[in-house]
Amino acid sequence: MAVNYNAKEEADGHPSGGVGAAGGGAAGGVGKSRKPDNTAFKQQRLPAWQPILTAGTVLPAFFIIGLIFIPIGIGIFVTSNNIREYEIDYTGTDSSSPCNKCLNVSWNSTPPCTCTINFTLDRPFETNVFMYYGLSNFYQNHRRYVKSRDDSQLNGDNSSLINPSKECEPYRTSDNKPIAPCGAIANSMFNDTLELFRIDNDTRISIPLNKKGIAWWTDKNVKFRNPSGHTNNLTAIFQALDTTKPVNWPQPVYMLDTLEPDNNGFINEDFIVWMRTAALPTFRKLYRLIEKRDSLQPTLQAGTYSLDITYNYPVHSFDGRKRMILSTISWMGGKNPFLGIAYITVGSICFFLGVVLLVIHHKYGNRNTSADIPN
Amino acid sequence: MDCSLIRTLINRYCAGEENWVDNRTIYVGHREPPSGTEAYIPQRYPDNRIVSSKYTFWNFVPKNLFEQFRRIANFYFLIIFLVQVSLLFEPMRTCAMTPSMKVVFVVTITSARSGYEDWLRHKADNAMNQCPVHFIQHGKLVRKQSRKLRVGDIVMVKEDETFPCDLIFLSSSRADGTCFVTTASLDGESSHKTYYAVQDTKSFHNEEDIDALHATIECEQPQPDLYKFVGRINVYHDRNDPTARPLGSENLLLRGATLKNTERIFGVAIYTGMETKMALNYQSKSQKRSAVEKSMNVFLIVYLCILISKALINTILKYLWQSNPFRDEPWYNQKTEPERKRNLILRAFTDFLAFMVLFNYIIPVSMYVTVEMQKFLGSYFLTWDEEMFDEDTGEGPLVNTSDLNEELGQVEYIFTDKTGTLTENNMKFRECCIEGHVYIPHAICNGQILTDCSGIDMIDSSPGGSGKEREELFFRALCLCHTVQVKEDDSIDGLKKSQLSGGSCVYISSSPDEVALVEGIQGLGYTYLRLKDNYMEILNPKTDIERFELLEILSFDSVRRRMSVIVRSVTGDIFLFCKGADSSIFPRVTEGKIDQIRSRVERNAVEGLRTLCVAYKKFTCKEYESVCRLLENAKLSLQDREKKLAEAYEQIERDLILLGATAVEDQLQEKAADTIEALQKAGIKVWVLTGDKMETAAATCYACKLFRRNTQLLELTTKKIEEQSLHDVLFDLSKTVLKHSGSLTRDSFSGLSTDMQDYGLIIDGAALSLIMKPREDGSSGNYRERFLEICRNCTAVLCCRMAPLQKAQIVKLIKLSKEHPITLAIGDGANDVSMILEAHVGIGITGKEGRQAARNSDYAIPKFKHLKKMLLVHGHFYYVRISELVQYFFYKNVCFIFPQFLYQFFCGFSQQPLYDTAYLTLYNISFTSLPILLYSLMEQHVSTDMLRREPSLYRDIAKNALLRWRVFIYWTFLGVFDAVVFFFGAYFLFDNTVVTSNGQMFGNWTFGTLVFTVLVFTVTLKLALDTHYWTWINHFVIWGSLLFYIIFSLLWGGIVWPFLNYQRMYYVFMQMLSSGPAWLGIILLITVSLLPDVLKKVLCRQLCPTATERTQVKLSFTRLSDNSTPISISSPIYQCLFNQSRICKFKNQCA
Repeated sequence: MAVNYNAKEEADGHPSGGVGAAGGGAAGGVGKSRKPDNTAFKQQRLPAWQPILTAGTVLPAFFIIGLIFIPIGIGIFVTSNNIREYEIDYTGTDSSSPCNKCLNVSWNSTPPCTCTINFTLDRPFETNVFMYYGLSNFYQNHRRYVKSRDDSQLNGDNSSLINPSKECEPYRTSDNKPIAPCGAIANSMFNDTLELFRIDNDTRISIPLNKKGIAWWTDKNVKFRNPSGHTNNLTAIFQALDTTKPVNWPQPVYMLDTLEPDNNGFINEDFIVWMRTAALPTFRKLYRLIEKRDSLQPTLQAGTYSLDITYNYPVHSFDGRKRMILSTISWMGGKNPFLGIAYITVGSICFFLGVVLLVIHHKYGNRNTSADIPN
Repeated sequence: MDCSLIRTLINRYCAGEENWVDNRTIYVGHREPPSGTEAYIPQRYPDNRIVSSKYTFWNFVPKNLFEQFRRIANFYFLIIFLVQVSLLFEPMRTCAMTPSMKVVFVVTITSARSGYEDWLRHKADNAMNQCPVHFIQHGKLVRKQSRKLRVGDIVMVKEDETFPCDLIFLSSSRADGTCFVTTASLDGESSHKTYYAVQDTKSFHNEEDIDALHATIECEQPQPDLYKFVGRINVYHDRNDPTARPLGSENLLLRGATLKNTERIFGVAIYTGMETKMALNYQSKSQKRSAVEKSMNVFLIVYLCILISKALINTILKYLWQSNPFRDEPWYNQKTEPERKRNLILRAFTDFLAFMVLFNYIIPVSMYVTVEMQKFLGSYFLTWDEEMFDEDTGEGPLVNTSDLNEELGQVEYIFTDKTGTLTENNMKFRECCIEGHVYIPHAICNGQILTDCSGIDMIDSSPGGSGKEREELFFRALCLCHTVQVKEDDSIDGLKKSQLSGGSCVYISSSPDEVALVEGIQGLGYTYLRLKDNYMEILNPKTDIERFELLEILSFDSVRRRMSVIVRSVTGDIFLFCKGADSSIFPRVTEGKIDQIRSRVERNAVEGLRTLCVAYKKFTCKEYESVCRLLENAKLSLQDREKKLAEAYEQIERDLILLGATAVEDQLQEKAADTIEALQKAGIKVWVLTGDKMETAAATCYACKLFRRNTQLLELTTKKIEEQSLHDVLFDLSKTVLKHSGSLTRDSFSGLSTDMQDYGLIIDGAALSLIMKPREDGSSGNYRERFLEICRNCTAVLCCRMAPLQKAQIVKLIKLSKEHPITLAIGDGANDVSMILEAHVGIGITGKEGRQAARNSDYAIPKFKHLKKMLLVHGHFYYVRISELVQYFFYKNVCFIFPQFLYQFFCGFSQQPLYDTAYLTLYNISFTSLPILLYSLMEQHVSTDMLRREPSLYRDIAKNALLRWRVFIYWTFLGVFDAVVFFFGAYFLFDNTVVTSNGQMFGNWTFGTLVFTVLVFTVTLKLALDTHYWTWINHFVIWGSLLFYIIFSLLWGGIVWPFLNYQRMYYVFMQMLSSGPAWLGIILLITVSLLPDVLKKVLCRQLCPTATERTQVKLSFTRLSDNSTPISISSPIYQCLFNQSRICKFKNQCA
C-alpha cells in the first residue's frame, strides 16, 4: 500500500522531504534543487568518433586482409612443405614389427626389452634435427593427472619434500615415506631409451644425441630446482629428507643422470619435459637434439638408419601408440600445413567477399546514396 | 498486490464470519441509540492507521530473502553457491569461490536497499498516522493522533486541512450548512465542490451542540467508487421516533480532500484507515519488472537448460567412455582408495555437479551485477540532463526506480492525465466575439499574432451605434450570467486572485471557466462585485456601480449544457441571459450574426479553446409572469420534478438573440501538442484519462493535437448508452471503425499518413464500468474484446469522468490485452497514483497538486514536454544499451565456456578446465567487464538530436526488437561459432606438431592461454565493432582492458608466486608470445571469428537497412561532406525508403 498522503505537504506545496520518501531510488537525490552541470560528459555530448560499418568502409578492409593473408599463407605453406619430417611407430602392435615382442612389457622388467627398427631417409635433413617421442591415447590432460604434482616440491622446497601436497594422492607416499617427486605425472615418466644409428655399409655409426636444451630455459633454471642442503651431494640431500622414489621408477630422482650433476634430480631435462603436461591425448615431446656439425654435410644424410629402443614404457594396456619423430624446424616450428592452408583460405574468402560486396555496393549502393543525400 | 483489500478481508473474517454484513451501523459519537430500537450487530472496524510499508522488523529477513530468491537468477546462484561450498569441502576441489562470494554480495546489497526503502515508508506512515486531529469528546475539543481515530468519532476539520478519514458532514460554520471542498488530490478536479450538511444536524454549530446529537448512521460497506455512496441517518429527538434522512455522496467528505473557504466543519467518521475510499483506490507498489528483465529471465532459463544438458551430456559420455577400464583408470593415472570405493550413482552425481560448476560461467553472476550497475549509473544521465531541468520550479527529473530505464524505450501506450499534466490547470480568458468583432483583453493583446485579420477589431476601435449597445449588453450578460461567489480575502490563498483597485477579492465557482470569464471581463472593464440582498452589483468602466435584481437562476446541467439568469435592471427591464455550449445555443437563437459567430466559435474550438455562446432575451412584464408561473409549477411538482423543470427551461430558453461568444483557454503545458505529436509519430498511442467533464477534456484534446480537425469522434458515453443498449453502441462503433481497418493496418506503419480517416474515441467512466462489469451470463469478455478492438483502431482515446481506480482499470485492461503492450502512465495528482502504479512505467509530474504522484512514480519529471526526450532519447538509448549488454554478456560467456565444453571431449571428460583459475575468475570481472559497462553507459548509435528530430526511429526498437528470439539465437550461434573457431583453431595449430622455432613443446596451459587470448581479443573487438560512439573513454577502456590483459598475463606468468601451490602458468604466456605460429594463429583466429559478424552487419545495412541504420549512414555522409544543413528525414524519399524497409523486414536479421 502506498497511501503516502500527507496533509502538511499538500499545504506546503513543495515539501523538501518528498524526494527521499519516494523510496530512495538510485539517483533520487541528485539534481533536486540545483541545475545539473553543463558538462559534455553529463549531457552525453562528449566528442566522439562515430564509425559505421558500411560496404564502402569494409570493402577496402576485406581486400587488404585478402592481400595480406594470401601471401602469408603461401609463405607458411611453402615453409611447412620444406620441413623434413620422419615418423616411426614403434609400438609393436603389428606382429611383423620388431618391437612386437616387447608389446606387453611391464615396469621394471629385467632385463629390459630391446628392439631395433631400421628405416630409410629418402632425402637428407639439412638443418638441425629434433628427435621427438610421441604418444597417442595418453591422457596427460586428464584432470586427475594434471593436478597430481607438487610444484613447490619440484622447486626444491624441503618441507614439501617431507610432506608432499595432498594433490599427489595416490602417489604421495610409498611405504610411509614421501615420494620425491610425488604425483601421477612424475610416476609415469616416459622411460624408453632411443638411440639412433646410421647404417653405412653395414656399419652402425652412432649419431650423437644432445639431451640438453630440450626443456624451457625458465623451467630448468627457475621453476625446477633441486633441494639445497649442507652438501652439494644430491643423493645425500634426498636421503637426508628420507624420501623415496616414485613407485614405477627404477631409480630415485637423484640418479636420473648421474654423469652430469646439472641434469640430475629435478632439473633433469627429460623429467622437466615430461612434467609439462600435453594439451591433447596425442602429443609429442622433445627427446633429443641432433645438431648440425658440419656446415657442408646435412645433419642426417639420406640413407638407412636404425633405431635402437630400450622398450620400458607400456602403452598397449590403454591402446596407446609410441612413435619416434625426426623433424627439422623452421622459424615457424615443425611441419604444420594447417596454418598455411587456413591463411590462404581465409585470405581468399576475404578477397571473394570483397568482390561480392563490391558488386552489391554497386548494385544497391546507387539506390542508397541517391537517397542518402536528398539535397 | 491488493494487500489492503486482503487485509480488510482478513480483518473482517478474523472478527468473525457472522459479523460480515452488507451494511454498517455507526453510533454517532459512540452514543447508544435509545433502547427499543432494533438491535444492531456490533462490528469491529479498523483504526485510522495507514500502512504502506512492506516489511516489519520481524519478517524482514525471511520475507526479503524469499522475495529475492524468487528471482530465477538469484535462485540459480544460490544453488551453484551451495554446490560449490559442498564441493569445496572435498580436498580435491579447487574451484574459485568468487562467484559465490558475489552472490552473497549482491543479495546483501539488495536487501539493504529494500530495507532502507521500507524504513522510509515506515517513517512516512508514522508521520501521517501521528498528525493531530481534533475530536469531540464529552463536549470538548480534544487533539489526538490521527491513527487513534475510530469509526463513530466526531471530528472537527478547519479550513485548508485535509479530512483524516471519510466523514459524514454534520454541520459547518456556514449558515446554509454547506462547505467547499477541493478534491484535487483524489480525482484531479481542482475546482471547489459544494457539499451539504445533513438537514437535521446543520444547526449544531459548536462542540456542546454536536455532543448532544443522538443519531445512528446506516451505510454500505466501503467501496472504492468515489462518486457513489448510499446511507441513511436516524436522528433521535427527545425519545421520539427517529427521523430518517437519506445520505448521498454530497454528504460524504472523503479522506484526502481539502476543506476550502469554510471556517470549520463537524463530521462523523464512517470509514477509517485502510477502508477509506482513498485507501481503497490505491494499490500497493508492487515490484515492476521490465520487458528486458523478463527476456533476460527467459534467456536465463534457456541457458540453464543448455548448461544442464551440457553437464548431462558430458556426464553420460564420461561414463560411456570410461566403461573401458583402461580409460577409467590407466596404469599411469590411478584413483585414490576413497574414490574407488565410492558408489557409482554418487560418483556420477558428483561428476554432474562438477560439470555444472565448470560450465556455470555460462550464466554469469557478473551480468546481474553489471546490469544493476548500468541501471544505477545510467539513471544519472537522466537526472543530469540539462534539458529536462525546469527553471521555474528548479527541479529536474527524479529517478525512483532505476529498474525500468530500458522500459522507457519500449512504451506503446501512454495514459496521461489531463489536468496539470497536459494543461497548466490554469484557465485564462482568451477572447470574445461580439457580433463578429473580436475582443481580446489587454493583458494578452500584446505580442498576439493574429493571422486571420478579417473581422478583427480591438477593443479600442469601438463599433458605433447599436453595436455599442450590444457590446455593453454582452459584457453585462457575462457579468451576470454565472454562479460565481465572491470571497473577500486579504490572506494569500492558493486560489486565483484578481487585482482590483479597491482590494482583492477571490472568485469561487464550481466551474473554473466561469471564474476565468468573470476575470476576463474584468480585464475588459466590467467587474462583478458581489451578490448582495439578491442584487448583483457590477462596476462598469465608468466606475459606476450598476445593480441588477436577480430573479431566477436556471442552473447549468450537462444535458442542456447551458444556464440562464433572469435579472431586472434598475430601469425595470427584465432580461434573460443565457450562456452555453454552441450546440445548445444556436438552435434556440432567432436573431444575431449567427454565421459570423459560428465560424469564429468553430475556429476557436479547433484551436482547443473552450467556447461558450451568450444570448439574451428581453421579457415584458407579462411574459415574465408567465415564466414565473411556469417555473413555480415545475418546482412545486412532487412527481417528475426534474423532468418538469427541464421542460419549463426548454420553454423559457427559446427565441433568443445571439450576442456573441467567448473563448477560454485551459492553458496547455508548454509544447504539449508538439510532444504528443512526436510521441504519436514514434508509434505510441496516447490516451487521455481524466476525471473531468467530457466537453472540457475534448477541448483539451483538440488543443494538444490529440484530436485533429479531421478526426472522426466516436462517443461511448452514458448519454449514448441510455439511448441505445451498450451492445448496439459497441456494435455500431466497431462497424464504423473496422470499415477502414483494412487500409488502416496496412498504412498505419508509417503513422504519417494524413489523408487517412482518424478515429478518436471518447468514453466516460460510467460506460466503462458497464463494459468492465461482468454480465450475468458471464460473457463480459465479449464486450471487453469489442471495446479493445475499437480502441486499437482509434488513433486517440479520451476517457473522461474516470475514478482513480477506473484509470488503473483501463491501464490494466490494455496491459493484459493479448499483445501485452508496454504501458506508461503519467500524471501529477493523487488521483493518478493508482494508474501510475498499475502501468509498466509510472511517471509523476512534480506539479502543483502535491507530490503523491511523483512519490509513487518510477520517474518524476517537471513538465509533460520532458516526456519526449525521456522516451525518444533516453529510453531509446537505455534500451539499445541494455539489450546489447544482455546479448553481449551471454555471447561472451558462450565464447568463454563453449571451448571448455569442447575440451572435455579431448581430456576424457575429466572436468579439466581449459583456462587457468586466474583467467576463469578474472575474465568476467576485469578483462571483459569494463568495455561493456562503458558501452552500456555511453553508446549513442544515433545522435541525440537525430533521435529527437526523428521520432519514428523509436519504432525500430518497439516490441523488444533487440531481444527477440531471432536476435538471441543469432548471438548465441555467433558465440558458438566463435568458440568452435577458437578451440579447433588452437587444436589444429597444436595438434601433434611443434610451434616453436627451438623445437620445444607447449603444454595444455599454453593451449588454454592461446584460446583465452584469442577469446579476450575477439570478444573485446566484437564490442568495438558494435560501438558507434567512440569517446576517449571508450578508447581508453577498450584498448586499456586489452592492455591490462597482456600486462596481467605477463605479470602472472613472470613470477613464481610464493603463495600459490602450483606454478602452472609460469612463463607460459611469454613462451607463447615467443612463438611465431602462435601470433599468426591468434591473428587468424580473431579475423575468422569476427568475419561473419562484420559480414552480417554490412550485408544487412546494404540490403535491408532499418530506419536507424539509414539515419546513421546519412549522418556520416553529412559529416563527411561537412554539410551543415539539416536533413529533413520526413522527406518523401525517406518515407518511401522507410516503407521499403518494412518490406524486407522479414529477411532482415539485423537488430
